[in-house]
Amino acid sequence: MDFLRPATLTDALAAKAEHPDAVPVAGGTDVLVELNFDRRRPPALLDLTGVAELAEWAPDGDVLRIGAGVPYSRIIGELGSRLPGLALASRTVGSPQIRNRGTVGGNLGSASPAGDAHPPLLASDAVVEVASIRGARQIPITEFFTGVKRNALAPDELITAFRVAPADGPQQFAKVGTRNAMVIAVCSFAIALHPSRCAVGTGVGSAAPTPRRAPAAEEFLAGELPWGSRRRLSDAVTRRFGELVASAAAPIDDVRGTADYRRHALSVMARRTLTWVWQEHCEGGWPACA
Amino acid sequence: MSSPTRSPQDFATAISGGVGSSPQRPDGALKVTGEFAYSSDLWHEDMLWGATLRSPHPRARILGVDITEALGMPGVYAVLTHEDVPGRKFYGLEIVDQPVLAIDQVRYQGEAVAVVAADHPETARRAVAKIVVDYQVLQPVTDAWRAVFDPDCPAVHEAGNLVRHQPVRRGSADDPAVRARADVVVTGEYEVGMQDQAFLGTESGLAVPAEDGGVDLYVATQWLHVDQRQLAPCLGLPPAQVRLTLAGVGGAFGAREDLSMHVHACLLALRTGKPVKMVYSREESFFGHVHRHPARLRYEHGATRDGDLVYATAEVVLDGGAYASSTPAVVGVASSLGLGPYRIPHLAIDAYGAYTNNPPCGAMRGFGAVQACFAYESQMDKLAAALDMDPVDLRIRNAVSQGDVVATGQPIDMPMPMAEILRRVRAMPMPPDREAGSDVRTLPGGVANTTHGEGVVRGVGYGVGIKNICFSGGFDDYSTARVRLQVVGGEPSAVVHTAAAEVGQGLVTLKAQIARTELGIEKVTIQPADTTVGSAGSSSASRQSYMTGGAVKLACEAVREELFRLASRRLGREHDDLSLVGGKVVSRRHGVLAALVDVLGDEVIDQTREFRHRATEMLDPTRGQGSSHVQFAMCAHRAVVDVDVELGLVKVVELAAVQDVGKILNPQALEGQIHGGSAQGLGLAVMEEIQVADGKIRNPSFTDYLIPTILDMPPMRIEVLEHADPHAPYGLRGAGEPPTLSSTPAIVAAIRAATGLPLSRVPVRPEHITGT
Ligand SMILES: Cc1cc2nc3c(=O)[nH]c(=O)nc-3n(C[C@H](O)[C@H](O)[C@H](O)COP(=O)(O)OP(=O)(O)OC[C@H]3O[C@@H](n4cnc5c(N)ncnc54)[C@H](O)[C@@H]3O)c2cc1C
Repeated sequence: MDFLRPATLTDALAAKAEHPDAVPVAGGTDVLVELNFDRRRPPALLDLTGVAELAEWAPDGDVLRIGAGVPYSRIIGELGSRLPGLALASRTVGSPQIRNRGTVGGNLGSASPAGDAHPPLLASDAVVEVASIRGARQIPITEFFTGVKRNALAPDELITAFRVAPADGPQQFAKVGTRNAMVIAVCSFAIALHPSRCAVGTGVGSAAPTPRRAPAAEEFLAGELPWGSRRRLSDAVTRRFGELVASAAAPIDDVRGTADYRRHALSVMARRTLTWVWQEHCEGGWPACA
Repeated sequence: MSSPTRSPQDFATAISGGVGSSPQRPDGALKVTGEFAYSSDLWHEDMLWGATLRSPHPRARILGVDITEALGMPGVYAVLTHEDVPGRKFYGLEIVDQPVLAIDQVRYQGEAVAVVAADHPETARRAVAKIVVDYQVLQPVTDAWRAVFDPDCPAVHEAGNLVRHQPVRRGSADDPAVRARADVVVTGEYEVGMQDQAFLGTESGLAVPAEDGGVDLYVATQWLHVDQRQLAPCLGLPPAQVRLTLAGVGGAFGAREDLSMHVHACLLALRTGKPVKMVYSREESFFGHVHRHPARLRYEHGATRDGDLVYATAEVVLDGGAYASSTPAVVGVASSLGLGPYRIPHLAIDAYGAYTNNPPCGAMRGFGAVQACFAYESQMDKLAAALDMDPVDLRIRNAVSQGDVVATGQPIDMPMPMAEILRRVRAMPMPPDREAGSDVRTLPGGVANTTHGEGVVRGVGYGVGIKNICFSGGFDDYSTARVRLQVVGGEPSAVVHTAAAEVGQGLVTLKAQIARTELGIEKVTIQPADTTVGSAGSSSASRQSYMTGGAVKLACEAVREELFRLASRRLGREHDDLSLVGGKVVSRRHGVLAALVDVLGDEVIDQTREFRHRATEMLDPTRGQGSSHVQFAMCAHRAVVDVDVELGLVKVVELAAVQDVGKILNPQALEGQIHGGSAQGLGLAVMEEIQVADGKIRNPSFTDYLIPTILDMPPMRIEVLEHADPHAPYGLRGAGEPPTLSSTPAIVAAIRAATGLPLSRVPVRPEHITGT
């Protein structure tokens, strides 16, 4: 097995073009497990940890551009206030060791339906930036996941960054696992309120072949929320929202849980997280829509 | 010489690190810093790597095995099948039924069919993949109940599917007149899933061929001599030519009682003439060792209105999987202790061990008592509810104590403070109520942020268990210790040598503590465990403090006697009141007589002793009566849990435990055992299960076989009692297993209290609570 270790993005893209079947390694927390379990025998590994550009983030106009190689621990520490939903999700990833190494780029690369970064990225309309020697592309997150553990990358492309607007309203994330830490999601849910445009974003994890949004639930809620007021939400609204989120899922029975449980848990998490974000919204501080 | 009026006690403080203290583990710093050499770290010049071909099918006929291509691969030194086993083709702990390598058929998914040795582990694995096996796949037998009771069920082994049935009868539980005396009757059916020992160090070892035609095996195991006893016949060698040395053990919990890679590595080493190392991967490890028996349990309890038990019946069906392993002994425990630590005048217990095509099951901490404890404690709660009685009061009212008999008629001739530990655990202070705005890590779901208090209900539950200590049922159980005392560098120094396996429990520390206390010296070296000294028996059944501790004590006493004879000779006078304190020979009447160093001079005192516990009996096969156990141990738990009743998630808020250990030998190690045992019981209560469908394991990884993390295991309140057992060395009671029994039912009782659900199966899964 060859081991390629480019020092710049240009070199990395050249290497990927030359060795399209080389497997990129960021934190290695997915790749190394696969190698250890002998599930994968790639002819080459492309180590990206030497590429400084990938481990940087910076504001770019109205959005944040975050390098694919920024680990969870930095997202929590450096971006927690600007991306609270992603930070909440990052806190639930693995253990401190995994959060120190694991990256959102790697999460996107694996494109597991259970990847914890995906629901908050979906809820806040992130865009995945990918590049090859042919040039760069911006892929909306809703078009990025193409199947179970499959994504929209071409063989010669690398994920360079993701772009996401800093929170313009309250965000939440919740994940069910059968232990209180270090657990792969049985199912997960993210919500982002965008009061400035009276819109709602959602993300559903581990309950369909790919992470996905719950558009009907978003639409329903955007219409029902008394945006300008601080009124408590009626139980009917939270319940209906929960039902619509659950019905957006297409879960299966597996070792981690049953399909029925996943739907049920999603509806509970959707209700609860909605209550939390609305509470925060009512406490004020976020701009309102016209 | 000092004043003759001083008594030996004055010098007792001179020795640190003796019995009752917590000296640092000799391997502690190495383990914490990652420098400790585990069995997987073994290395030998010129060694080969072994790998195993395992059956993908739970039940199949083998029509042919073609090794040609594998054998032809460069770097491959040997490919062996059952035809290459030079000696006996089968082994087994209690019943010799497991083929070294599968012969004509496989009986479980993961059964070893062939082994390969190659110059690189990767080459070995690739060669394994090149072996072609022609299987005729058969329908597996996967239901233990059917395996035992349905005459039409196919037989997993020729002699049938029943490994052992042990009935236990006292009084007449089926007499209608007896039953009529019960005002309240509760029945229940319970299920215990397949738990794994989940040790962190996978099966591994190194076999080195020796010049005498024998083999030296370095391996992580629990009982060197029982390995030797099984290995030698298979290798066609006399036991003396199969020498074992204990390699660094990364946890055991019962999973290393059976052979795993031992025999395969030895076969390959003997065939190739080269050292062969084998290390199982994590996934392979799930197929490479036995698990805890899953069980189906049917119980009935009848009591008077006042809460006195009148009768009880229990039927326990244990799924032993494809090979017997220690199923017969597990059945022995599940039957004899099947109704727990309660006085029941009329009882009938039937425990069955079955052969199926499921993964083989055998020893795991708690050994048959865990499954029963979940059922009988669930029944006691059910009965208390039916009687509208406090569940702890009901237990105390019926608890056995010294002078009673257990279900097998065995008199309890040692302190048995069941009622006391229950009273004490109930009296412990409660953890504070949950506060609004609590950190999510203290709530069900933990960091995953599923609740900020919504749906969270607190529950409290109790459990108590009884466990036998040491080997039971007439087994001639002994341990051997050799102790050598001499002067080294001007200091009296002892070397302790036993074959007992240090599996993390701290026996290496304890052996030195005992030698220090018995010989009154500081410097004690523990020699590595190997088969050049006699058997120490197994590091299981909570028995090593008792047995090997007892053997070290006995050998030290022999050394001491010889030393006193030497002292008398040197001092020119007989003394009958000598003791060894602080490196000095002390007479009770005359005080310090001489320094140990001076008495010893150049002499080396070298004594080996075998220690035996008192004899036990086999249970009679029809009524299960007999004094089958050496000692009884006990622990009681109180669990406080917060349950998110809408999501079915559980946070155990606190576990409180009271355990009687007879004598605390090492406070820190003891606490570790209580924490660890309770954690393993917690795992069984809420998460740990090998999920098996149609004979196949669905979650052979630590991604999906979940064990508790620091956020799952709560802080503990612990109280330890010391009612000495007069039959045991220092009065001690084995301590490793009892906490594993009672934490499970206590936690489930607490979840029932929070949810009002009957919950008859462990582990409790979220969907059991939400009903989805
Ligand atoms: C113990 C443990 C616990 C875990 N817990 C969680 C958890 O709770 N939640 C969760 O979501 N995940 C979890 N994971 C999985 C893993 O940590 C995450 O998916 C993580 O985000 C992967 O990031 P990484 O940088 O380590 O990726 P890597 O392993 O380096 O790569 C992952 C995949 O992405 C590809 N890749 C990486 N970078 C790029 C790039 N720049 N361009 C193109 N492709 C790329 C790789 O080729 C590979 O296919 C856990 C893993 C372990 C070992």
